[in-house]
Amino acid sequence: MTENTSERASVVVEHLRAWNPNAIEEVVEFRGETTLVLPRKILRAVAERCRDHAELQFNLLTDATCVDRYPHEPRFELNYHLVSIPRRDKIRLKVRLSGSDTVVDTLVPVWPGANWLEREIFDLFGIRFTGHPDLRRILLPEDWEGYPLRKDYPVEGYRDVPMVPGFRKSSV
Amino acid sequence: MSTVETATGATKTMVLNMGPQHPSTHGVLRVLLELDGETVVRAVPDLGYLHTGIEKSCEDKTYSQAITLTDRMDYLNPLGNNLVYCLAVEKLLGLEIPKRAQYVRVMMVELQRISSHLVWLGTHAIDMGAMSVFLYCFREREEILKIFELFAGQRMMTSYIRIGGLALEPPAGWRGAVDRFLKMMPSRIDEYESLLTGNRIWMGRLKDVGYISAEDAVALSMTGPTLRAAGINYDNRKMFPYSSYDEFEFDVPTRTESDCFARYMVRVLEMRESLKIVRQAMAKITDSGPIRTEAPGIVPPSREKMKTEMEALIYHFKIFTEGFSPAPGEAFVTVESPRGELGCFIASDGSPKPLRAHFRSPSYINLQALPKLVTGQLISDVVACIGTIDIVLGEVDR
Repeated sequence: MTENTSERASVVVEHLRAWNPNAIEEVVEFRGETTLVLPRKILRAVAERCRDHAELQFNLLTDATCVDRYPHEPRFELNYHLVSIPRRDKIRLKVRLSGSDTVVDTLVPVWPGANWLEREIFDLFGIRFTGHPDLRRILLPEDWEGYPLRKDYPVEGYRDVPMVPGFRKSSV
Repeated sequence: MSTVETATGATKTMVLNMGPQHPSTHGVLRVLLELDGETVVRAVPDLGYLHTGIEKSCEDKTYSQAITLTDRMDYLNPLGNNLVYCLAVEKLLGLEIPKRAQYVRVMMVELQRISSHLVWLGTHAIDMGAMSVFLYCFREREEILKIFELFAGQRMMTSYIRIGGLALEPPAGWRGAVDRFLKMMPSRIDEYESLLTGNRIWMGRLKDVGYISAEDAVALSMTGPTLRAAGINYDNRKMFPYSSYDEFEFDVPTRTESDCFARYMVRVLEMRESLKIVRQAMAKITDSGPIRTEAPGIVPPSREKMKTEMEALIYHFKIFTEGFSPAPGEAFVTVESPRGELGCFIASDGSPKPLRAHFRSPSYINLQALPKLVTGQLISDVVACIGTIDIVLGEVDR
């Protein structure tokens, strides 16, 4: 299984490198999973290639999520998990973002399913997706301050217990 | 309020707020509906009423502690959530699980699938006005919950699947209990079908309602029965087998109509397939053998060992105080939950707590297709569409 997976992944890697020599910054193999680290600028182009090309056919964007590696820089890592239903293959695309420039191209035009996934990342991590059709908070209230899944946001939150005298919790 | 050109020539629409306190939204989903008469022009789901920050909480717990949180996401599929989380951590650690434990896991999650589909069928029938099916479905679900109680001591939040195997040895007399259920269930499914499948009201409410094309369904990342009802044979148990699913013989039911009725049929057929899997798993589970893998420092040792070996006692203490630290890296595992592809992404930085635990919840992503399903339909069909997506708000909001 593992060997088979890497073999397939190397086809994808070679294909993308032949298409654009700078397409992949780094290939990470861990526990049979292949991660392609991409430069932020060409994420959208790689995504389109992955979806459309007959050799790749990654037609399903199954998941997109973010990891905050604070205090390391670049602190944010965006992970896109792609599945090719016709080829029975999986791959992970990764883009690294610095904490001072949390902007990346949206993948909604490539996979409309990215819409809520990106909204969730925006909501909880504060990553901005340029070109997203509806970039609003999704899980938290519209007026929430801060991005709770960032590592510098305390688990118990910032808010005091409101309006109850004698029950005010000191802010963290 | 906006104005639109409509078939009836009217240009005024009204906005109707459905939920978050609405019985047929199955929890706290709010949908803003823009209506032209009875026809839906636009639908905007609004979520987050049940957001409890489970992913953030996981980051503050050791790997083993976080299992109990996973139970509480999709409360109709706690064992499936345990499974996906444990598989992800096991992948991160590179653990091999004994076959016996794998078969018990398969049996439990398939029973869970049946119980989840029963709740779905019952509540959906009640949404469509068929009261009695609800009572029958919950009657059978009760039997499954009794089996879970027998195994884990808990009916719902079992936390039965643990990192490295199972929490407990299968109890004495479990075969009898599961066997009784397997003997009873096929005729009960026939009973639901005789009440619903050919029922003219049921067909009228579900057929040609909530259509989505296969291309749109894939583009919107839909998975599970909703995708299979659109004719796409995508099931993680077959595509990317986990927990020895490749050793089981079963079919993946698909339909091509892609309406609410097709989704109903797929789920009913899935229950029958799950019964087949449970029967095969029962035959594969041996009466003795390990239920946990041997991994000192990661998997708690048995009680007997702790009483005789000092190392075992030390490891036991360390596992429950400090936890264990997987190597830095990332793992993403997907399983087939009753609702679709349930995924768990874990990033480790080499500390005893996950750097990030993310759950790809199928309800959340399938719900995204709701506007596509309901636009142009009648307002009463919105209920049918929400129902057949089969959402669990605990999982949508996490």
